[in-house]
Amino acid sequence: MLATIGARSIDELFDEIPPELRAPPLADTLPALNEMEITRLMRDRAGRDGSWLSFLGAGAYEHHIPAAVWQIVTRGEFYSAYTPYQPEASQGTLQLLYEYQTMMTSLTGLAVTNASLYEGASALAEAMLMAVRAHRSARRIVVPRAVHPAWRRVARTIVRNQGIELLEAAYDRETGQTTPAALEAAARGGDIAAAVVPQANFFGVLEPVDELTDWAQARGAHVIALANPVAMALLKPPGEWGSKGADIAVGDGQPLGAPLAGGGPYFGFMACRKDLVRQMPGRIVGATTDGEGRPGFVLTLQAREQHIRRSKATSNICTNQGLLVAAATVHMALLGPEGLARVARACHANTLDLVSRLTALAGVRRAFSGTFFHETVLRLPRPAAPVLRALKAQGILGGLDLAGDYPELGHALLVCATETKDAGDLARYAEQLARILRKGTRRSTRASRSR
Amino acid sequence: MTTPKELKYTKSHEWVKAEPDGTVTVGITFHAQEQLGDVVFIQPPEVGRRLKQGDECAVIESVKAAADLYAPVSGEVVAVNQEVSDKPERVNQDPYAAWMFRLKPSAPAELETLLDAAGYEKVAAEDKH
Repeated sequence: MLATIGARSIDELFDEIPPELRAPPLADTLPALNEMEITRLMRDRAGRDGSWLSFLGAGAYEHHIPAAVWQIVTRGEFYSAYTPYQPEASQGTLQLLYEYQTMMTSLTGLAVTNASLYEGASALAEAMLMAVRAHRSARRIVVPRAVHPAWRRVARTIVRNQGIELLEAAYDRETGQTTPAALEAAARGGDIAAAVVPQANFFGVLEPVDELTDWAQARGAHVIALANPVAMALLKPPGEWGSKGADIAVGDGQPLGAPLAGGGPYFGFMACRKDLVRQMPGRIVGATTDGEGRPGFVLTLQAREQHIRRSKATSNICTNQGLLVAAATVHMALLGPEGLARVARACHANTLDLVSRLTALAGVRRAFSGTFFHETVLRLPRPAAPVLRALKAQGILGGLDLAGDYPELGHALLVCATETKDAGDLARYAEQLARILRKGTRRSTRASRSR
Repeated sequence: MTTPKELKYTKSHEWVKAEPDGTVTVGITFHAQEQLGDVVFIQPPEVGRRLKQGDECAVIESVKAAADLYAPVSGEVVAVNQEVSDKPERVNQDPYAAWMFRLKPSAPAELETLLDAAGYEKVAAEDKH
């Protein structure tokens, strides 16, 4: 090919770029490998993947994905399809997105959805930007401390440069909930554009969403619901919160058919009230009829997107998580609303069971009295980090150590039991934790002697 | 291309009509609506808002574009044409009857800085590509 175009090497094609602007070769990368060599390399690396009995939640959850989901979604038509830029020619893709949007409006109880965003944390940031645009005067947003710490950091990174101030609201140390009084204290008497209301919050605790929604709307602020999509199959959806319903709902769609993988890719969902739709970022699929009256699908409201509106666009996003959304749509279609509600109930029941087994152990207590969905915080008699290491040596991922992000909670561990666990799994965790907590002192003495 | 001689115009394709009561009504020209295509949405300025000449004050959206409208003169927004906001296609059907908002000018001398019909026709001719 190089000969055909009269170039001597690939590098020659980049001649126009001044040498001082060229990046050096990446450090630590291997030279090119052929298919056999790369297969060996990948097999070797895959062999080092662990296989854990996992009680780790904290934003990404292990759920059973019916085999049919990825069988369908790995079909070439779904798997290799990119974001259509001549969208009307991709009616199949648009139909799937339309079905996805329809399911998400049903799940959130809100009027319109977009075709997805990158993932939950940036979806939260987009919701904040949207609320500020829609509010038109205030640029302050109240965010509970009980919202996922990584998501709060991502949101701050994204909105900070637009002069938007995030105000942290405290959680109740006894219940783990966020109260209207806490939101009010955070707002410090000034105008706010929005309040973020999680359900469930990062501690797994169920928030008093009706009171929080009514408080925010009485203050003239928009309510950004930050919801777990599986929980919404069982609990009151954001569109029904308070007397008027939440204004915007976002979250991470990973629990709907995306494997945990290496932490991604997942997808962010966003839904809103009908009158806010023009402020909503992302692609939106609409149903319409063509010139001959035949039904079809289009990408609509595109004038708000960056390829048309440029610097005044609602966002610079011009794509969506097509493959993950396809998986979520098939997953939701297979489970249906009843199936998803059953999954939610099974998660809740398993976590209740796990908690009762673990709190039967000496020194292990629930940190909060509030009702939880499918994860909760436990207080241990000792720092969580060495306990988790010892559990890992037994093939168990015991949960998330909260010492880094919530030092005020002491020796705290966030544990989660989804529907994928059975009684044997819960028993095994309890047994191992009991053993580790009993033997803890002796083990550390032995280790120091052997050095 | 029609350019009513009794109206004034801006380089940004707004027309301005001096009303008998001293206010001015504002809309977009035939050329502008032709370039935009089918208008689907109008976001007018809020009544009561004070504008300076040249301020971005409204957005008009068509199937293929979203364009800003600029205040042709400084003043206070005293009315918005709800009928046109509700039926944006009126802008395509009769652009010079479809006024979008009404201003009470705070500096009437600014009206003299606007283009007349001939001046606007030159601008529009250059704009066509």
